[in-house]
Amino acid sequence: MAERDRAAAADAAMPVLEKPGHPHESAHLHVTGAARYADDLSEPEGMLHLAFGQSSQAHAKIVAMDLSAVRAAPGVFAVYTAADIPGANDVAPVAHDDPLLAEGAVLSHGQALFLVAATSRDAARRAARLGKIEYAPLPAAITAAQARAADSLIEPTQRMARGDALAALETAPHRLKGGFAMGGQDHFYLEGQIAVATPGEDGQVHLVSSTQHPSEVQHLVAHLLGLTSADVTVEVRRMGGAFGGKETQAALFAGAAALVAAKTGRPAKFRADRDDDMVMTGKRHPFDVAYEVGFDAQGKLLALDLFLSSPCGASVDLSPAINDRAMFHADNCYYLPDVLITSERLKTNTVSATAFRGFGGPQGMLAIERILDDVAAHLGRDPLDLRVANLYAPGRNETPYGMTVADNIAPEMIAHVRQSANYDARSKAIAAFNAQSPVIKRGIALTPVKFGISFTTTHLNQAGALIHVYADGSIQVNHGGTEMGQGVYVKVAQVVADVFGVPLASIRCTATRTDKVPNTSATAASSGADLNGMAAYNAAMTIRARLETFLARTFGCGEDAVRFTPEGVLAGDARMTFGELARRAHMGRISLSSTGFYATPDIAYDRAAHKGRPFYYFAYGVSVSEVAVDTLTGEHKVLAVDVLHDVGASLNPAIDKGQIEGGFVQGQGWLTTEELVWHADGRLLTHSPATYKIPTASDRPRRLSIELWDGQNVEPTINRSKAVGEPPFMLAISVFSALNRAVAAAAPQVRALPPLDAPATPEAILKAIAAHRRAAGGVHA
Amino acid sequence: MAVSFLLDGERVDLDTLDPTGSVLDFLRTTLRRTGTKEGCAEGDCGACTVLVGALHEGGVRWRALNACIQFLPMLHGKALLTVESLCADGVPNSLQACMAGNGASQCGFCTPGFVMSLYGRAIGACGSELPVADVIAGNLCRCTGYGPILEAGELVSCLPREDGELAAKLAKIAGTPASGEWQGRRWFAPVTAGELAALLAEHPGATLVAGATDVGLWVNKGLRTLDTVIFLGDIAELATITESEDALVLGANVRHADAHAALARLHPDLGELWRRFAALQVRNAGTVGGNIANGSPIGDGPPALIALGAELTLRSAQGRRTLPLEDYFIDYGKQDRQPGEFVESVRIPRPAVNAVIHMAKLSRRFDSDISAVCGALALTLEDGVIASARLAFGGMAATPRRAAACEAALVGQPFSLATMERGAEALRADFTPLTDVRGSSDYRLEAAGNLLRRLYLREQGVAISVLDMEAIDG
Repeated sequence: MAERDRAAAADAAMPVLEKPGHPHESAHLHVTGAARYADDLSEPEGMLHLAFGQSSQAHAKIVAMDLSAVRAAPGVFAVYTAADIPGANDVAPVAHDDPLLAEGAVLSHGQALFLVAATSRDAARRAARLGKIEYAPLPAAITAAQARAADSLIEPTQRMARGDALAALETAPHRLKGGFAMGGQDHFYLEGQIAVATPGEDGQVHLVSSTQHPSEVQHLVAHLLGLTSADVTVEVRRMGGAFGGKETQAALFAGAAALVAAKTGRPAKFRADRDDDMVMTGKRHPFDVAYEVGFDAQGKLLALDLFLSSPCGASVDLSPAINDRAMFHADNCYYLPDVLITSERLKTNTVSATAFRGFGGPQGMLAIERILDDVAAHLGRDPLDLRVANLYAPGRNETPYGMTVADNIAPEMIAHVRQSANYDARSKAIAAFNAQSPVIKRGIALTPVKFGISFTTTHLNQAGALIHVYADGSIQVNHGGTEMGQGVYVKVAQVVADVFGVPLASIRCTATRTDKVPNTSATAASSGADLNGMAAYNAAMTIRARLETFLARTFGCGEDAVRFTPEGVLAGDARMTFGELARRAHMGRISLSSTGFYATPDIAYDRAAHKGRPFYYFAYGVSVSEVAVDTLTGEHKVLAVDVLHDVGASLNPAIDKGQIEGGFVQGQGWLTTEELVWHADGRLLTHSPATYKIPTASDRPRRLSIELWDGQNVEPTINRSKAVGEPPFMLAISVFSALNRAVAAAAPQVRALPPLDAPATPEAILKAIAAHRRAAGGVHA
Repeated sequence: MAVSFLLDGERVDLDTLDPTGSVLDFLRTTLRRTGTKEGCAEGDCGACTVLVGALHEGGVRWRALNACIQFLPMLHGKALLTVESLCADGVPNSLQACMAGNGASQCGFCTPGFVMSLYGRAIGACGSELPVADVIAGNLCRCTGYGPILEAGELVSCLPREDGELAAKLAKIAGTPASGEWQGRRWFAPVTAGELAALLAEHPGATLVAGATDVGLWVNKGLRTLDTVIFLGDIAELATITESEDALVLGANVRHADAHAALARLHPDLGELWRRFAALQVRNAGTVGGNIANGSPIGDGPPALIALGAELTLRSAQGRRTLPLEDYFIDYGKQDRQPGEFVESVRIPRPAVNAVIHMAKLSRRFDSDISAVCGALALTLEDGVIASARLAFGGMAATPRRAAACEAALVGQPFSLATMERGAEALRADFTPLTDVRGSSDYRLEAAGNLLRRLYLREQGVAISVLDMEAIDG
């Protein structure tokens, strides 16, 4: 059956309706401390604990490594360098350019040089600091500017274009140039990177890894050790948060643990120290944005020449796809008639930047929202009116990459929130407040989100599942999705429970394992429930079809007279519990186990031309944020936020609302308190929660209302739901826009946007206020 | 060495232990009691929050603490509760059930820490009078956005506890302090200031540990080996709070959480500063004396206390001496503490009725952050003229320091915005701050100067804090 037909069948089997808000399947374990994470598993006798010796240089040749003191340190069992790796010294996802242990040269500060295995974690960490490394320093590009000056790129600069932006700029009635910078972001998953490797017979290795991508860890470990994929099993029951930070970055630690297990024959655990984790693992890409925009007197955009530049760090990692996604989202909800998006991917001597919720989307989206704020400030207009004027609309519904926006619900959603949040009245009240408040200034902004759903690397859009129905009627569900807190297990379990008409309690979700479902994609791109839910649905339907045939045969009814209902299974006049049916089917020698597979239909993308349909559909959202800024200290507070978010027909509204709120606050952190600071010599200075500040409870907006859009996916996804992992992150852009307006209120006569960069720390805000006031001096002096 | 404590009310006796091993490692590695998590091992994320109870007025007084930076011997004579303690036979208690049902966990890794902080609040643990958001300011969650956790904290805000039996058990082990030796490393736990003075005379190079909120990081992150530790936590006579009409005297051992209310009574800004002082788990461990003795240029206590004219009393086997607090801080990493001396108490004069005070902590994040600038400004006014000025700043120099030039520019001048502008300008002669990870030199100077403007404007009734703002009615 074609995927589209399967999906249509899913609609029939599972009528589109709002599902009840089942709690997270592990909630009762989380709150009692009984949920087991990798470090909580009992430690077998003889387990070794690992630590890396790390580079103190950002870019240097390794002249000599004297590890004698490391080997002699108490508790040390073994010390390994690149020369000890039997297979490929590589833990990179795509480009084979991330060695497990440095060979010949180091490319970033903190890079792993050697690996210590010791009888305790403390002994390993202490010994790892005793290496005597002789370096011959090489010129290092730490900043984007340094990399640009050295013409240091990870891949050629990419261009996405429609029409002739430069010609259209020439003829536009108004033109504006601008630019700003946005920072990166550390994932700060609460559970740090960890992997536990256990050697098996005949060279096999079993790994418990805190990873979003068990299959990739499996493949990399196999190559590293010179094994086949069949020799390596990777298991992950749950992660203590990931957010993209365990998509490729887990492989370093898993590779190290596997190497030690293979070399020593002992189990080995690598649990990274928080500070080491922050130094050694990649983060969200910072971006510099420069633009020239042409528009008419009403603020309608006519031409855009947009330049995006991001320092990608020392290796390729996923940076090409991440930067592509920034380009894909530089339109957000707006029609850009003549547009040129240029995307520069710089290679720097810093830890390689990596996936993080939104995957470049937030950076592209922030760019266009900033541009609209700039145009509005220039014209002295309410930015919301400009946003509305530029939305996709009939006849203006093709993205810069040539995809038609088929389900354009942004206009309706914006109109709804504009009214429900009382945007216009509050804007007026805020202007009045600002006029009489010398120190505190308020700002309000509404920004929309349109986020493309699918891996833009088309082949990744596939998933598998494995379902066992046992003879007592209990059901085990397994699939390629990994659980990092987002609730993919409970959503998939709900899908399966619905197929069989059984209560959710009948379903046991089991750990994601490469020996149950092979060749999986990362749980990423918000795709977990879409892909794995449909794969599990297909597996369940295969079993159900067998049961229907069996029942029809047994009870002499048509297969269409078989019903799986919450009250039991009906076959003609017969009725039985699902458990009774399972037992009968087993006695009748019916296979009660099945795999299921799903591949997203209809998507295709030509990367060379940057044209095609990379996304199956879009998920939308709208938020209104009100902020207050202290113009003397630069401190701010987010006072109220109204969110309307589109999850299609929700599989689980409680889980979805959790994703929306969590995503919003994480996005707020990116744009406000979370600042990564690098020393000129390439050291990350913000390598602990003492210096890197994610939001706390009091940073949550005082008033935060979240409403789900009443709609369903136009595409036949599982239950007509939509992905929810990443899109809400970008709702927080309204906070940044509101901060800009509050800062601008410090000198309201200036018809320009204050030069505020993200994150809007107190220092950044105070600096922007000073510059904005200086601009006022220039205008009115 | 020997350490005894109660875990879930059951006595645990240890006779061999690393004195600077953490409570967290003991729980996770030795007992394999793994509900308590390590998120950062530096007291900043709260995933390892446990409750530690001590005998207090015949009952048990509970505190939420970060197990990652509590040394195991510090538990001696105490009762310990972890997330596992809360559910009988695996059945969640009402707080846990409420959190589970309310979507308060996503990845679940931080959840046990939140459970313990909120449980502490519900049973009246130290700091439980604070709003929920303040009680969990030291617990980081990266998934939920906090809303469901805050709600659960509000919904289950009172859980009665009967600790009579526990108190009786505690009384049996609380008498003899933990002292001893392990692999040549010594741990002393004196119970009187006199004993401390004698010990310090004998071991002048010993590391003094009160709350271990800093020393814990020396071990966990610096991997330092401490040969001789003198633990101050059992010295009751150093933990006294004495409020009189003219002053507040805090013993060096008074924990920040216990000092909070008395400090707030001196001035509301001082209370607000202490509300934002680290987070509750750290305030429950760290002491006022430790914050001073440590000599950090970015501690939030010293600027405030210096501005109020605090005096420090140091003690040794030779006796006592008292000095103005500002004189204690000589240079970066250098304090006026002689070998054998320890901080005994700090005396903080009550502000005069004609005092105008503003204290502010400027940091990237409001809660649980380290100041870029901590400013404490105390003026007295006579007939609209500034009669005296004590301005002290943290984060502006190698030590917490007074701003002499600025003070001189203010005293004798009318209390006006123009005077404040001149004072702010004069600050540039007082300080040449560093640019570091928390802020640039320019920001520090500008923001510090603006605190003078803020003080004046607030006196004129101008709204000056975003924390006081409510959203425009939608």
